[in-house]
This record gives sequence, structure tokens and C-alpha cells, in this order.
Amino acid sequence: MPLEVPTDIPKEALQRLLIALADDELVLGHRDSEWTGHSPILEEDIAFSNIAQDEIGHALLWFTINEQLGGKSPDWMGFERNWKHFTCCHFTAFPKGDFAYTVVRQYLFDVGEQVRLKNLSTSSFPPLKEAAEKIIMEEGYHLMHSQSLLERLGDATEESHKRMQAAIDTAFPQALGMFEELTGEDDLVKAAVFSGNEPLKEQWLEHIVPVITSASLELPVEKKNGTFTTDAKADEGGRKGWQKEHLKQLVEDLQTVYKMSPGGSW
Amino acid sequence: MVDVTLHVPTQETAWWVLGEISDPEIPVLSLVDLKVIRSVNVEGSAVSVEMTPTFLGCPALEYMKQEIREKLLALGFESVNVELKLSPAWSSDLLSEDAREKLRAFGVAPPALRAATLAETLNKPVACPFCKSYHTRLESPFGPTLCRQIFYCEQCRQSFERFKTL
Repeated sequence: MPLEVPTDIPKEALQRLLIALADDELVLGHRDSEWTGHSPILEEDIAFSNIAQDEIGHALLWFTINEQLGGKSPDWMGFERNWKHFTCCHFTAFPKGDFAYTVVRQYLFDVGEQVRLKNLSTSSFPPLKEAAEKIIMEEGYHLMHSQSLLERLGDATEESHKRMQAAIDTAFPQALGMFEELTGEDDLVKAAVFSGNEPLKEQWLEHIVPVITSASLELPVEKKNGTFTTDAKADEGGRKGWQKEHLKQLVEDLQTVYKMSPGGSW
Repeated sequence: MVDVTLHVPTQETAWWVLGEISDPEIPVLSLVDLKVIRSVNVEGSAVSVEMTPTFLGCPALEYMKQEIREKLLALGFESVNVELKLSPAWSSDLLSEDAREKLRAFGVAPPALRAATLAETLNKPVACPFCKSYHTRLESPFGPTLCRQIFYCEQCRQSFERFKTL
């Protein structure tokens, strides 16, 4: 059923936001699913398989709203779109790495989602607000899971500490890319669709710094005038569709079955 | 002489057949028990149903929509419209005591009522659906389906599942 967009909300930018949200979920969901059958312990195999399924369900919802605004169908977006047209941040697309990197990336992403969804649940665009309110209830389990692993592995053994710190050093600049400004973001902020990425990044830092520090791990941040700042250079470009080669491989994997018989039904 | 009532497609019979559709992952609960069906509106030979998803990634969602359509067409409606409504979001708090008892009998512990935070919710004592002991522990906050978690009962020494609080 088509949705009406209030005249003060720029529709094109709104769709760009929805597709960015969906692409992050779809791509990280796919990376999570790569642990199915390969996790270090059975419980984690089950956990990452569940999380993958949740994230892809959330992607479906964002894509569905985009379709109701006149965009392509969710199946088209996932299975037919060229990889160069994905707008996920690079952060979600990097190969799964070792389990430490997986845990750190998931934690940094889960907190990012919490602050983003909380913000979207006050959105002036009702379908966005309702979707965020629904998704945030499911996401709580993800954050609880990744945070407890981060806290345990941060100072469990010398090896786990070393690997977790290395993962943070790699993942932190990448994670900053979650908050890359969208084209047309100012107009969305003006129309109260969301608060914009910069304030979300600040809230995200407020959440992650104490948790990561208490897990005996270090982040390249400083507190200046009550706000956290960092010199780390954000890995950006994904929101503009400047994608890297490993996304190409991921999308090829994701689309293999569909492309054997495009448009086929089960 | 036996009175034979021919079932006609009405609001009441529509609810009745919807109550016959089981959740494919928890067959002891119907879509009505689960409070997945929000409303049923009949206008002449057309019916529209509002449903709400439990978990968004639930693979049974399409199957449920299909079942709803088929059952209502079989009842005699000429057109069936199934619409997804996200708001207000579904919560496991909606499950009635009757539905919770059906879960226990099926070997699945019912969901705890929501507390202020997820951590508090998960700290509530959980009774084993088999031996009723509270001497149980959470093995994994995730389980074989999106709506279930894995517990272990120290008393009767077996694993059991619990419906997730949402």
C-alpha cells in the first residue's frame, strides 16, 4: 500500500535514509550468518544465526517502507541490485575476521543501532517511528549478548585481551563510518525525521567509552568540554556508494541462489 | 431430525477459523492465542484482517498470511485482505494465562512479564516446565527459533526452552 509523505519531508532523502538503514542490516546480517556452523562454541553458533535472522528481518522492514514510498521491492534491492549501488557503511561489509573482531564489530554496531533507533522512535514520519519502536525491542537481546562477550573477553586471558584490543584498533575508525552524513541530511533534520548523524555519534561515544574502558581495553578518545572527541579518521564513503571489493564478494554470495533462476518462486 | 447449520462467513465465524490456525513453530498456540490477529472486519463478502508480527525476522510470517487467506476463502469470503500493522508493537505480555498454560504443557516455559530493563526481565526466576523447580539457569539468550531461549534445569537435569520476553 503506497504511503503519503508530508510535504515538508524530502522524499528522496528519506528513501536514502531507509536504504542506508536496510543495507547496514542486510550486510551485517549476512556476515553474522557466516558463523553458522563455524562458531567457536555451539551457543555462539545459535546466537549469531539468530542475530543474522533478526537483522535481515529488520532490513526487510526498512526496504518495505522504501517500496511503499515508490522504491523497488525488497527482493529486488537484496537480490538484483548491483553491489556498487549498496549504501551500507564499509564497517558492516568487512570480512568477519576472527571471533574477537566479530564481537567488537557487533558491539559497536549494536550500540549504534540503540542510539539510532531511540532517536528514530521520535521521528516526525510515523512509519519510521513505528518501525523503530518495534525493532528496538528485539535489538536489546543483541546488545546484551555482544556487551557481555566484550566484557568477558576484554580481560579474560592475555591472548583474549591482545586480540580484543587489536580488534578495537581495527574496528573503531571503521565504526565511525556508521555516522557518515547522508546526502540531504540537513533537510531531514529540519523536518524532524531524525536528529542527524553527528549527535548520534556523540551519544554512541558516551555509551561505548565507559564499557570498553572497564573491559580493560583502550580507545583513541579524549574528553573535551564534556564531549568525547577522537583523532581517528572515520572510514567513510559507503553512504555515497563508494564500495570496496569485499562487498562485491559478499553480494555475489548473497545473490547466488536467486540468480540461478531470477524471479523463480518456491 | 438434526438441525444442520451451514456456516456462513461472518465476523464470528471468521474469528473461529482464525483460532484454528496454529503457529507453525509452536503448534499448541493459535494465531488468536498469540494475539497476532489484531482485528477482523467484515463487509458483505469481503473480510480484512489486521495482523501484527511477533519477531520481524520470523520466517513463519508469510506462511501465516497464506493460511489466513486460505482459511477465510474456504469459509466462503470472496475477498480477503491481510494487512500488517506494526503499531502498537506486539509484546509477549499479551499472552493470556490460558496461552501460558498451553506453553507449559507443551514443554516451553512461558515468557516473563516485561520489567523496566531487559536485564531485570532476564533475572526473574524461571520455573522448569517439567518439574516446576526454580533451580534453573539461562544457557543461551537465543534458541532454535527467534522466539525461544535455552534453559537448563538443575533439578530434573534437562534442557528446556523458554518463550522470549519481547
